Amino acid sequence: MSSPVLSMQSINKTFGGIAALTDASLQVEPGEIHALIGQNGAGKSTLIKVLTGYHQRTSGEVTFEGRAFEAASPRAAQEAGISTIYQEINLVPQRSVAENICLGREMRRFGLLDWPGMRAEARRLLARFKLSIDVDQPLSQLSTATQQMVAIARAVGFSARLVIMDEPTSSLDDREAQVLFTVIRGLKAEGISVLFVSHKLDELYQVCDRVTIMRDGRTVQVSRIDETDKLTLVSTMLGRDVARTEGRTTGFGAPSRAPGEIVLRANGLSDGRHVRRVDLEMAEGEIVGLTGLLGSGRSETARLIFGDTQTLSGTMSVAARPYHPSQPADAIRAGMGFCTEDRKIEGIVPDMSVADNMMLALRPTLGRSGIVDEARYRQIVTHFIAALGIKCTGPSQKIRELSGGNQQKVLLARWLAMSPRLLILDEPTRGIDVGAKDEIQRLIRSLANDGLAVLMISSELEEVVEGADRVFVLREGLSVADLPRDGLTEAAVLSAMAHGVGHD
Amino acid sequence: MRWHTVSGMTDRSGVSLLLARYGTALALVVLLAFNFAVTPNFATWQTLNVNLTQVSTIVIVAVGMTLVIATGGIDLSVGSLMAISGALAPMIFLGNLVGIGGIPVAVAVAMFVAVAATTLLGAFNGWLIARYRIQPIVATLVLYIAGRGIAQVMTNGNLQVFKLPEFQWIGLSRPFGIPAQVIVMLFIVTLAAWMLARTNFGRQLLAIGGNERAARLSGIATGRIKIAVYAISGALAGLAGLVVIAINSASDANLVGMGMELDAIAAVAVGGTLLSGGRATIIGTLLGALVIQLVRYTLLANGVPDAAALVCKAAIIIGAVWLQERGRTA
Repeated sequence: MSSPVLSMQSINKTFGGIAALTDASLQVEPGEIHALIGQNGAGKSTLIKVLTGYHQRTSGEVTFEGRAFEAASPRAAQEAGISTIYQEINLVPQRSVAENICLGREMRRFGLLDWPGMRAEARRLLARFKLSIDVDQPLSQLSTATQQMVAIARAVGFSARLVIMDEPTSSLDDREAQVLFTVIRGLKAEGISVLFVSHKLDELYQVCDRVTIMRDGRTVQVSRIDETDKLTLVSTMLGRDVARTEGRTTGFGAPSRAPGEIVLRANGLSDGRHVRRVDLEMAEGEIVGLTGLLGSGRSETARLIFGDTQTLSGTMSVAARPYHPSQPADAIRAGMGFCTEDRKIEGIVPDMSVADNMMLALRPTLGRSGIVDEARYRQIVTHFIAALGIKCTGPSQKIRELSGGNQQKVLLARWLAMSPRLLILDEPTRGIDVGAKDEIQRLIRSLANDGLAVLMISSELEEVVEGADRVFVLREGLSVADLPRDGLTEAAVLSAMAHGVGHD
Repeated sequence: MRWHTVSGMTDRSGVSLLLARYGTALALVVLLAFNFAVTPNFATWQTLNVNLTQVSTIVIVAVGMTLVIATGGIDLSVGSLMAISGALAPMIFLGNLVGIGGIPVAVAVAMFVAVAATTLLGAFNGWLIARYRIQPIVATLVLYIAGRGIAQVMTNGNLQVFKLPEFQWIGLSRPFGIPAQVIVMLFIVTLAAWMLARTNFGRQLLAIGGNERAARLSGIATGRIKIAVYAISGALAGLAGLVVIAINSASDANLVGMGMELDAIAAVAVGGTLLSGGRATIIGTLLGALVIQLVRYTLLANGVPDAAALVCKAAIIIGAVWLQERGRTA
């Protein structure tokens, strides 16, 4: 067996005392297509950035083509033969294909740009990828997939020995992805290795030879992909033993009421990108779990329901009446609330007070002709601070000074103050300490017991399995399973994530 | 030793927080004290009126600018809008455009049309920004450049001279001994400060500047509010244009409001409004404008040339922004 083209052993990386990588390893053989997978925060990107010189490792050994390797910068890594292709295409759309390919390494003759030389170079390079494109055409006139190919051609050039692709198919449709796979196989045939990062499991089986799975900054499994079934991939990635039985670890508790009338029904929702066909149904007093792997379209589905993005096809109804939101204000009028996944970017207004943040949605309905009824305002705010146990020095404290759990409670109160009938919670307990987590989970259940319909998106399996009364599983933008509370197990959810039970 | 360092650090951040919050007011007090001690004839009604009169148009425009900056934007077109309103009003009340009955009616129509025109142009700025997501600095650059051109074309580049007390009260009259434009300025400052603190519109525009995504997801009509804010900025610029031509008894499209956008932005920055949006103070803007004005007056009254005064103005702005950053990170 030949020696590996890349070997990273015992890699450690800490950021300000916090370990991002602990004893991580990665080994890629010549001409191998190697998959690197893991959840958010598993350390994939950090490992790649250490390799490409974006970060410097704290300790560990790296050899590339048999020699000790340490890239001082991404440019140095590129020159050594490691090319990286990112999700977004980093090219100049207005300029020609040839210009884009030769950007940064322009050929010169007599001190002037050598256009014929560059065009010929671009044509030669594209021919290697079996692409026949007019190199004088502006890049923006090509399809996304072809642009992606140009980006790959440019990155690979003539000297790359290892190509890193970070979710290269996320902006491609199925047919375009197939073209990309052909190119990848072509690279393999030439002995070039590819490190392929993706969340779409089916793709891994189509092109990859081996897979490295990371979790919590460690390499937890390396195996041949054709000897590993999807269920093992998913459960290893999430760190769940399929056969394991366990006691409750969350604060939800059992429902005290049966589901009531149907509040929301969605059929065949699609946004044309991440959500392809999603069906949902939610009743009063029900916690509905919406889950799936990263990139399965969970949050995007929530955005469609809340009117933040527009549906391309599909229908929705709220309380049996047709519902077509064109902006969040429409969803709010229909009785919905939405706590987003990222509190900092989409939730809090950091420079505003706890009170102003809490009343952001309700304020317009208070008082007459746009002037705030201060007394009512203060009364509502103090009520929610007490009811949810929000720890702050008072209603006028700036929200950015609060802990994550307390910020989340303020955002919950923002919607609860509206007396909604449907609340969408995207990762409601992410980044919140254990105590506050338990408290928020208990609160969600008691709200449901009072008749609220809750759509809870979570990538934490136990939260979904123990908290939800009904679970919808998404896979690559499709609803693949609708699991009732009875007999809901982690194994069932995992299996649906991996294989798509109930999917035709 | 260790303890000492720790407490020393908290003291320092406490001081910089206080400076960031009350620095402008403090600077004003220091300047006043210095002038009372040094500048001859400073403590007179005359000096007060001169300073307030000179600062009032800047403050009127800067109030609109504060609201725009609070949403995370900027309005470069205010100076040009002043020129448009300054060109339009005399054309109407001098009867060049259309003959209108009595003088008072003509003046009322002229003032209304001039301010309405700049309000609409301001709304146009907001529309570009809200509808097409053009960066505010680029969107308002359109009227910054074109606006003065429009004003010059309207007047054929001619100076419009007039002597019309029915109109010029806004820049020259002194009810109760206070210049009319100072009363207008104080009225606008009070109204805007109340609006920002107490109305839905005020809180919502701050929410947009603080986190536009969060504001939209909370059902706030972000586009409508932005259009309204730029329209207000346009309206106040139009009003300031009228004050300027009333004081001068003449309107020159080349000069009215020249460089006003930068004076207004400077007042907002020195006043402590966060230039990235989300935190704004109207009273701060008033104090900021007063500080800049008073520094200039102090230097001129004590024989320092105007060119040096400009350098001092720049130094104040840098100092203010630096304090703001310190206060934010502390």
